[in-house]
Amino acid sequence: MSARSERNVRGLLGTKLGMTQTWDASNHVVPVTVIAAGTNVVTQIRKPETDGYTAVQIGFGEIEARKVTKPKAGHFERAGVTPRRHLVEIRTSDVSAYELGQELNPADVFTVGELVDVTGTSKGKGFAGVMKRHGFSGVGASHGAHRNHRKPGSIGACATPARVFKGVRMAGRMGTDRVTTQNLTVHAVDEERGLILIKGAVPGPKGGLVVIRSGAKVLAGNQ
Amino acid sequence: MPNTIDALAAQTARDDVPEFRAGDTLKVHVRVVEGNRSRIQLFQGVCIRLQGSGIGRTFTVRKISFGVGVERTFPLHTPIIDRIELVTRGDVRRAKLYYLRNLRGKAAKIKEKRETSPGA
Repeated sequence: MSARSERNVRGLLGTKLGMTQTWDASNHVVPVTVIAAGTNVVTQIRKPETDGYTAVQIGFGEIEARKVTKPKAGHFERAGVTPRRHLVEIRTSDVSAYELGQELNPADVFTVGELVDVTGTSKGKGFAGVMKRHGFSGVGASHGAHRNHRKPGSIGACATPARVFKGVRMAGRMGTDRVTTQNLTVHAVDEERGLILIKGAVPGPKGGLVVIRSGAKVLAGNQ
Repeated sequence: MPNTIDALAAQTARDDVPEFRAGDTLKVHVRVVEGNRSRIQLFQGVCIRLQGSGIGRTFTVRKISFGVGVERTFPLHTPIIDRIELVTRGDVRRAKLYYLRNLRGKAAKIKEKRETSPGA
């Protein structure tokens, strides 16, 4: 685990705006997710002397000043920035490049072609059955299958153990989980509008908050 | 927020695409890259389908090549198309002309649309 904090991770918060498509240099269609990631600010820098670890805390999103709690308002005031809606900490080894209140520009943080990990909250699917939730095969469509086409089948043995084991996969609430998609390519960065175009899909609904970080697998490979 | 996406798509959208619909005969000038040389290839046929919306809109052109039906689907805004030429307007009653696949010869011919402008 110590290796993880030694990695030089860069990160940004953003809002997923939706998907569209564009063309690359060889005229192939590229499906891209558009993420608005402007106006990220550094709100706190975690240092080993004071906090026992290194990280940079960044804030993102507009919020009315009257809606900010007093402790949070004080926290933002100390950083010398206007209040932001979301705060997140990015664990990274090198915090010397950051200073309190600094504005982070997407173009400075990520380069085109870089691999990143994107974390978001997946769309809620409600109460879902085992086929949708866990990918079970269900029961046959015919051959005498009676009203059990999408059921899980057996959930355990009989008199021994005479109970259902904990953790058996069953139907239940699905979605609204924290999901990370790894190794997505940064297709383009629009500095003017603060947009990041990422090739492929990103977890969560339109308007959802996402964290973009340098790809963990790339960083692990570099060491 | 969707306006940002539209604005982004508008950057890559082409504005030189003529207005056409299913049944129209088109000449599609396609850029073909062979090695480091690029030339223009012509694909002429009947547009049998327009599908999708916005930047993702595509159209399919069908032609008979050496007795074999060939269909090619292009994104409307793709940069590989040099230009699209509208040859004739067809008189059809459907938006998707899949029935042409089962017809050949004279039966697969589409009537040309006669201009019915109020001035004429």
